[in-house]
Amino acid sequence: MLEIKNLNVHYGGIHALRGIHIDIPENKIITLIGANGAGKSTTLRSIMGLTKSSEGSIQYQGESLLKYKTKDIVEKGIVLVPEGRRIFPNLTVEENLILGAYSRKDKAGIAKDMERVYELFPRLKERSWQKAGTMSGGEQQMLAVGRGLMSKPKLLMMDEPSLGLAPLLVKEIFSIIKEIHRQGVTILLIEQNAKASLEIADYGYVLETGSIVLEGKGKDLLTNEEVKKAYLGEAK
Amino acid sequence: MKNTKRILNIISIIALIGLLFIFEQTFDSYKMRIVNLCGIYVILGLSLNLINGFTGLFSLGHAGFMAVGAYTAGLLTLSPAMKQMNFFMKPIVPFLAEVEWSFLPALIMAGLVTALIGFLIGAPALKLRDDYLAIATLGFGEIIRVVFTNTQSLTNGALGLKGLPTHTNIWWTWGIAFITILFMVFLIKGSYGKAFKAIREDEIAAEAMGISLFKHKVMAFTMGAFLAGVGGALLGNLLGTIDPNMFRFTLTFNILLIVVLGGIGSITGTVISAVVVTVAMEYLRVLDEAINLGFIRIEGIPGMRMVVFSLLLMIVILFYQNGLMGSNEFTWDWFLEKKFLKKSGKKEVKQ
Repeated sequence: MLEIKNLNVHYGGIHALRGIHIDIPENKIITLIGANGAGKSTTLRSIMGLTKSSEGSIQYQGESLLKYKTKDIVEKGIVLVPEGRRIFPNLTVEENLILGAYSRKDKAGIAKDMERVYELFPRLKERSWQKAGTMSGGEQQMLAVGRGLMSKPKLLMMDEPSLGLAPLLVKEIFSIIKEIHRQGVTILLIEQNAKASLEIADYGYVLETGSIVLEGKGKDLLTNEEVKKAYLGEAK
Repeated sequence: MKNTKRILNIISIIALIGLLFIFEQTFDSYKMRIVNLCGIYVILGLSLNLINGFTGLFSLGHAGFMAVGAYTAGLLTLSPAMKQMNFFMKPIVPFLAEVEWSFLPALIMAGLVTALIGFLIGAPALKLRDDYLAIATLGFGEIIRVVFTNTQSLTNGALGLKGLPTHTNIWWTWGIAFITILFMVFLIKGSYGKAFKAIREDEIAAEAMGISLFKHKVMAFTMGAFLAGVGGALLGNLLGTIDPNMFRFTLTFNILLIVVLGGIGSITGTVISAVVVTVAMEYLRVLDEAINLGFIRIEGIPGMRMVVFSLLLMIVILFYQNGLMGSNEFTWDWFLEKKFLKKSGKKEVKQ
């Protein structure tokens, strides 16, 4: 579905991505793990067209994404749930969701997806008239995911959805990710919480200072000694 | 419910027209000028609120935009004979010497020219954010004023333009204010308004939703400039004389005061505070004059009312951070609920 080949990104003098290859097949959960500053968010920003790459290609359903603007990429069915939630705090929950569907024109479809999101997150329905900024962190994360779903994505990319959430909520968020996946959405998940993300992922990549150092099936990576040592905190 | 609202809308429009008619019949020219200024400040307040309040772009170039609008309309409506009298230092540029437009096309032209200037300033300046944008737009506003002071054959320089036809009356000001309110209501309700608010709330998230930041920012800025130009044009043809020094930063400050007092991001708030501030500015002139308390005479200090206004602004910012209305709007739903909830409640009890 999405194929990244030899992607290089420079920020000023910093070489943030050094020729990475990532393959995202349809209907899979792919995860990208790595420490702070490894280049995870840069990868997502490059896919969305928010950061210009200096070399390499990003192919989506057979065509290059590099020539498109963010707006067109959203219309093509790729959406980013940004790091740190970034909901619109002074707008109501419902307005936030409507803005998620900004790139769409089909009113009936939008209303239907709104119902779908409310079904997935009943708590959002209860609070549809509340200002989004007044909700708890977990609810805001749910809103961020719900807002992402409103654009009817084929590929949903999430940047650290578990950041700053209580363990119980992290569990809930991950079960929701699985549920969204079951409904036929391909997912690219970026996480520092390597254990939780590798458990649900079909395939994983480990990113270190701009290069992919390891890749493999989620379960294989979970048992990999190096991953264990560096990311799962199970030193022997 | 929809019908009730429609009837209420029609009733309030008729009431407004009736009120303006009564004003026109009973008020002297001094009071009429205040009513006119109220209308103009409603337009100006809304235009600044569109840029600062709804889209979150901290722009301080409004006085410059008003100057462009006022001069455009002034030069277009001034009769050729008056132009010759005005431009005695240097003759006016030939292409303007013989034109004399009627008021409506001149107003529209004033808006369009200002929108163009707004676009030309906005396109590069809107790459900046927050206080940097404020400094840049403030600078552009001042540049416009200085340029107008020095283009003798186009704007008559520091002498300004005198003897402008005073076309502006309450029907023009309040008519255009009314159209502006309607325009704003529909704009903010629509998808553009949502995009503006999203940009105000969080630019990165808005961009990730597929909202083009540059397009919407420039659009809001240009539309705000258009309205500011129309407001400036109305002001010029109300006063009958304009000069570059009218359009100093204090003018922008007055409009900003209206927006902040009314509530950043509230159309209703801006309308209310535009009227209140304009009327108060006039009636607080008492403070500038000498006050005789019988036993003691306090000498008048010119500019005292501005001190009072600054204090008022500080109090508002300290205690009512969101202004009069916050980002809330007056709606018939709210009105009906507040006023008639008790009545309907009683009825239910009886039944």
